[in-house]
Amino acid sequence: MSELTQRERLQIPRQEMPTQDSVVRRGNFDEVALGFTEELARKEAQRCLQCARPQCVEGCPVGVLIPEFIRALREGDMVGAVKAMKVKNGLPAICGRVCPQEVQCEVTCVLAKKGQPVAIGRLERFVGDYELAQRTCPLECCAETGKRVAIVGSGPAGLTCAVDVGRQGHKVTIFESLHSPGGVLVYGIPEFRLPKSVVHGEIDYAAECLGIGIRTDHVIGRIFTLDELLEEYDAVFLGTGAGLPSFLRIPGINYNGVMSANEFLTRVNLMKGYRFPEYDTPVKVGKKVAVIGAGNVAMDSARCSMRLQKLQAGDDDDGSEAHIVYRRSRKEVPARAEEFHHAEEEGVIFDFLTNPVEILGDDKGCIRGMRCIRMELGELDKSGRRRPIPIEGSEFEMEVDTVVMALGTSPNPLVFVDAEGLKRSKWGTVVADEDTGRTTMPRVWAGGDVVTGAATVVSAMGAGKRSAADIDRFLEGEIDPW
Amino acid sequence: MYEILQKEILSDVNKLMVVAAPAVARKARAGQFVIVRIDEHGERIPLTIADYDREEGTITIIFQEVGKTTMHLGTLDPGDELATFVGPLGHPTEIEDYGVVVCVGGGVGIAPLYPIARALKQAGNTVISIIGARTKDLLFWEDKMRAVSDEMIVCTDDGSYGRKALVTEPLKELLEQRDGEISRVWAIGPAIMMKFTSLTTKPYAVPTIVSLNTIMIDGTGMCGGCRVLLEEGAQFVCVDGPEFDGHKVDWDNLLARQAFYTEEERLAVEAWQHKCRLEGVLEEGGA
Repeated sequence: MSELTQRERLQIPRQEMPTQDSVVRRGNFDEVALGFTEELARKEAQRCLQCARPQCVEGCPVGVLIPEFIRALREGDMVGAVKAMKVKNGLPAICGRVCPQEVQCEVTCVLAKKGQPVAIGRLERFVGDYELAQRTCPLECCAETGKRVAIVGSGPAGLTCAVDVGRQGHKVTIFESLHSPGGVLVYGIPEFRLPKSVVHGEIDYAAECLGIGIRTDHVIGRIFTLDELLEEYDAVFLGTGAGLPSFLRIPGINYNGVMSANEFLTRVNLMKGYRFPEYDTPVKVGKKVAVIGAGNVAMDSARCSMRLQKLQAGDDDDGSEAHIVYRRSRKEVPARAEEFHHAEEEGVIFDFLTNPVEILGDDKGCIRGMRCIRMELGELDKSGRRRPIPIEGSEFEMEVDTVVMALGTSPNPLVFVDAEGLKRSKWGTVVADEDTGRTTMPRVWAGGDVVTGAATVVSAMGAGKRSAADIDRFLEGEIDPW
Repeated sequence: MYEILQKEILSDVNKLMVVAAPAVARKARAGQFVIVRIDEHGERIPLTIADYDREEGTITIIFQEVGKTTMHLGTLDPGDELATFVGPLGHPTEIEDYGVVVCVGGGVGIAPLYPIARALKQAGNTVISIIGARTKDLLFWEDKMRAVSDEMIVCTDDGSYGRKALVTEPLKELLEQRDGEISRVWAIGPAIMMKFTSLTTKPYAVPTIVSLNTIMIDGTGMCGGCRVLLEEGAQFVCVDGPEFDGHKVDWDNLLARQAFYTEEERLAVEAWQHKCRLEGVLEEGGA
């Protein structure tokens, strides 16, 4: 294909990614977004204007070489595209699926001004999936340095840090508390959004190439303390995430049928509860599910509920409903745009400006309903959003039998047992330098949700990356910050 | 993978296994628990540590076959491996010299009680133990418990062995007879037994420690499925416990929560038994 003119490029519309039909997908856990075909990917890639000063890269927390990989892709040079991608991002098949591109690389794309940014995320996924299948350019590492690094937690921050530290020739061991590596990528994000085969594929591929050891079933703080790790390893990175669930402080949270989103999603995703009794862990939803909150975790919970209800009902329409109950309005929904859109498309019912005040139980200790109050929006609060205020006298009862609380999470303190030199904030997060990840404890770095509180996969990856660079400088003797 | 090194059949439904887990054994202390998952299809269940051997690098677990997972576990033999064996989890028992203490164990709860009684004895306490079960066949470790106790009372619900009584009866007598002398009670067993033990000691204001075994997944504070209502609010059994002040536990809520998956458990057991029968038929057919 001859080079297009800029004008011609501007005339190509943004390519839609094929998805599973919204009615069909309600009844299965298969991936919703099917990915670009090669033809669609090449066409979308033609839209990129190859800016001299690309703004998209500025918007990416890990600084992926976006114009470079897109250029290679549209020239049909897939190996070149993979190479360009892997300079900054070792886990593209994951990022392409779960990054909120609309507030990162795509929002800063020059074409975004016309509402049609290049679909960078979809192209990234295309390149990532190609590489998972073809394995054209394995990650390579420098000569062995003999230094040993322990990574605590195998979620996005830990994995990214492990890959980058491993590439520098240091020997990496990852400690994971659950039985499967991936952290929130495997226990939290559902199969239909991020297939576990993709996560395991990326992790296995990287671990094999770089000789990274992964020790599952290791709860740091219990089986080894941080101090013990420091005796064995030259550096330690904490990427333990924000795993502790929050519950609303209202009466009735211990009735049967009230769950944290963590519990619900872990049953469904990590334990494969949707395939009970083929898998041993049950997961139970009623006919009226209310998910409290409107972030990505809430969307995932509501969409999982809907699928479980459909599986229970079979071909009948048994009138099951999955609701999202959110105290603010549609405009403030914090979830990734695509997830919100998919949830609506699938029939999740949104109850905006509604806040639960009490969960009601029956004489068997099960939920029979939820008392809620209507809200209105007032002045801007510290987060820059309009503050929700209860409307007096507007209380009403909602008929529900399952309540899933998706209200955000905080760091799990278990890992900090006996780690007295490690400074933490009043929110329980680890105090670490934003640029380097250094904590107050010598030879300990931290990054991702354990430092920031619950955030996104890619911001955790960015933090893992920055820490890896600093760890390498330290191990090479270039710096001695403590 | 974690190899099963030894298996002992304590009764029809109670089995003991010694599992190789050196790193867990190195840190294990009385009162803590492990999370076990049999294979890739398995669920994660908490089992209290019945004993540990730091030198051999082993953990002893004892379980009663009550559901699909424990039934399946009971069919495994030395040489077989467990996919997951995480621990030691939860807080260890606070062992001090309290003076005179009573250790009450019901059924399979005798297993986790043993290392606690032993540690209490080593710390200088006078240990009075009461162990009980529905019937004689369900009792085990009487000799081990006796070896770490200054006094020992054995009872069965049906009178088939020892005294015919619930464990709360001799406990109440002790509290009456030795008024003011008993400084602490530990009770481990089925929730209903711990509830009534706590109710028995409450009028005497003797601090009573119970070890709760609730439904959990990760065992590290992540899912919150194990939460229990105390006077001061909800707490997580996995990270705040597993031991709690029995006088503060909302027992009715705990019992209701434990019954939440009864129907699913029944289905899983049915499917398991069906599979076992089929395999039995196939083996016979092949022989």
